[in-house]
Amino acid sequence: MRIGVFVCHCGSNIGGTVDCARVAALARDFPDVAYATDPMYTCAEPGQAAIEEAIHEYRLDGVVVASCSPRMHEPTFRRTVERAGLNRYMFEMANIREHVSWIGKDKEANTNKAAELVRLAVEKLRHNLPLAASQFDVNKRVLVIGGGVAGIQAALDCAEGGIPVVLVEREATIGGKMAKLDKTFPTVDCSACILGPKMVDVAQHPKITLYACAEVEEISGYVGNFTVKIRKRATYVDWSKCTGCGACTEKCPAKKTPDAFNEHTGTTTAINIAFPQAIPKKAVINAQYCRQLTKGKCGVCAKVCPTGAINYAMQEEIVSENVGAIVAATGYDLMDWRVYQEYGGGVYPDVITSLQYERLLSASGPTGGHVLRPSDGKEPQTVVFVQCVGSRDRSIGRPYCSGFCCMYTAKQAILTKDHIPGAQTFVFYMDIRAPGKMYDEFVRRASEEYGTEYIRGRVSQIYPDGQGRLVVKGADTLLGEQVEIKADLVVLAVGIEASKGAVNLAEKLRISYDNHGFFMESHVKLRPVETNTAGVFLAGVCQGAKDIPASVAQGSAAAAKVLTLFARDKLESDPQIAQVDIRRCVACGKCLRCCPFGAIKETEFRGETKAQVIATVCQGCGLCTSTCPQGAIQLQHATDNQILAEVNALCQC
Amino acid sequence: MNDTVDLNRMRDTAFTAQVEALSGQNISACYQCGNCTAGCPAGFAYDVQVSQIMRGVQLGLKDRVLRSRSLWMCLSCSTCSQRCPNNIDVAAVMETLRHMARKAGIVSVPKMEKFWLSFLNTVRLFGRSHEIGTMVLYMLRSLRLHTDVDLAPTALAKGKLGLLPHIPPGGAEPVERIFTRYKERAQREGVRP
Repeated sequence: MRIGVFVCHCGSNIGGTVDCARVAALARDFPDVAYATDPMYTCAEPGQAAIEEAIHEYRLDGVVVASCSPRMHEPTFRRTVERAGLNRYMFEMANIREHVSWIGKDKEANTNKAAELVRLAVEKLRHNLPLAASQFDVNKRVLVIGGGVAGIQAALDCAEGGIPVVLVEREATIGGKMAKLDKTFPTVDCSACILGPKMVDVAQHPKITLYACAEVEEISGYVGNFTVKIRKRATYVDWSKCTGCGACTEKCPAKKTPDAFNEHTGTTTAINIAFPQAIPKKAVINAQYCRQLTKGKCGVCAKVCPTGAINYAMQEEIVSENVGAIVAATGYDLMDWRVYQEYGGGVYPDVITSLQYERLLSASGPTGGHVLRPSDGKEPQTVVFVQCVGSRDRSIGRPYCSGFCCMYTAKQAILTKDHIPGAQTFVFYMDIRAPGKMYDEFVRRASEEYGTEYIRGRVSQIYPDGQGRLVVKGADTLLGEQVEIKADLVVLAVGIEASKGAVNLAEKLRISYDNHGFFMESHVKLRPVETNTAGVFLAGVCQGAKDIPASVAQGSAAAAKVLTLFARDKLESDPQIAQVDIRRCVACGKCLRCCPFGAIKETEFRGETKAQVIATVCQGCGLCTSTCPQGAIQLQHATDNQILAEVNALCQC
Repeated sequence: MNDTVDLNRMRDTAFTAQVEALSGQNISACYQCGNCTAGCPAGFAYDVQVSQIMRGVQLGLKDRVLRSRSLWMCLSCSTCSQRCPNNIDVAAVMETLRHMARKAGIVSVPKMEKFWLSFLNTVRLFGRSHEIGTMVLYMLRSLRLHTDVDLAPTALAKGKLGLLPHIPPGGAEPVERIFTRYKERAQREGVRP
């Protein structure tokens, strides 16, 4: 074998603390090394050209580049050697920047360590084999999980790109949290007016299949070929017949059903359409409160329905869909703020969440857009907003900032003044985070034009004064004093948490999630939409706190990734996967049980059971290879022999 | 008081480190939200609010912190610690500062110290606290002869003020030995007992 070694200076990044010329000179004595040199910038165009030339001139059949992390430039150099006619797996990288020059100052020691790492890479390369990728078909359909604004955007962009979309929504209507908002910052646009048309587009688009009241039950397969089982909950209304006329909701006698869409600020009927612009605009029966379903006596909706859509015997149903890519856009929920006893722990009706306040402000809400406080239906004159309730609080395990509360609190303070011109608003804050376009100006407007009093400090206690008002005790840290306000209504800017069931879904999708249940992107800066599972993309708050424009942008970005993936008819599978040596396999089944991707199945070979790797599903994690007691299952490009060769090389140094 | 705080000259990082070591709390975790001040039931009697004391410790303003009256008005109720979003035991920091101030010979509210000494004297004598003894000693020390005397008849009637001290079964000696040990240590370290 003839190996070429290139020890990169990376300007002064490596050259400053490693004697690269000496590493190259040492490398010339390593077995099979036919050529070694130390270029200034190997990744630059002349550097790559030099590698290609050397391959031809010295008839090299393998290349080692000692430079930065393989995460940075392994794909670059693999392409380089491929251009010169070598197999891309006949290339190895020694990381002498992140692992050597950046972490040590002793040039002598650094040079020795760099030489050792080069020796290791050379030994690995000597045991490498050319590997070839196989190709497989792509099913050009996409599943979008979650019909909030991020999911809607992803679905519409994919559909506009000609890709059939399956959109799954847990609730009875799409629109997510944005549909519940009255206005949006910083323009005070009507939320329903800007989201509504997009929701209608989803309903009307011929390429979009919408499953509302449905959840993803099971996902199997791999990029290009996922099979998804979707559980459609029983709505007790045949949606193919329901016209959304609303006759049933008018006559339904069970009028004390909790109204989840209105955040429990009011009640509704057991058969209900979430709100006037709901998509799909179909009625759904809440089985827990329906008199016919609980007591067997009523049937009013069935009598009044002009199309005979009511079906009390409806059962839930599982449907199966085949897709090639998945976009997760499951959004968020508010945390349970009742852990804060100092705010009343949920006992006082006039201490409400910001999302409840949105419903009170909204014309489609329970008060028809008049701000009336829950306890006595009176117009509040003094409204206190408390920010960071359940955000940035390590003591309850929520150290993160919820991102958009500062902005919507300013918006709600402005809207309060619009609704009740005589009202006085106070905002307790720790820091104002308003980094978006026109955001800080908006917060200034709340204070300068709408007279909102911003108080830098926290609230320690809220209790009723016995005369219908609430005493809010807090601190003004700028003043260095304790302060007290008598308020009619207190609005808590409650922090967000990952959507209920997010962790469960992440496990079905085989994607990682952080300590708080938010899905992990593949790279925090450079791959913010991709996950570590090929073919699964992220959009919206399920990945981390973000506001509407950022969610929409990420929805579009996820759609762009799906369209890019589907631009090719065939996909290449990574050949760095596990392979079973059937002569050694004893069918113990350990690999089958430990594989997190379900990539190993049992097969029959000459009447004996053996393990078999499903090449397209295997992600090359290597769990099976370290579990196999026989050493029968080997990860290509990281076989036991290759790893031992590296260990040997290190131990000889 | 309102002079510019010269942070080159006045910042004492060793003081911050010492408070962290003695209290076992990470002072840099405080992000100055003000929750401790908001909930402090003694805040009305403070000259410097507790969140400002935390700020002073962060900056290492040793003199300003140790001279504050607030250290002595703190009730040790720990509401601040309970409310802290960063899990800082603020009451422990206050306690630490109080000890540091006393060792440095700074007692901004002397009658507070007099009350403590009166209380501790009864504990040393009887092995347990003795309310009337504490009252009498405090009156003598502070020369505030009428303080809360009006409450005595009601408290006596309800049996809340025992005339005779309760001495534990083993006698007062074991408790006395603790006091002696502490006194010896204080002498060794050259600080006020």
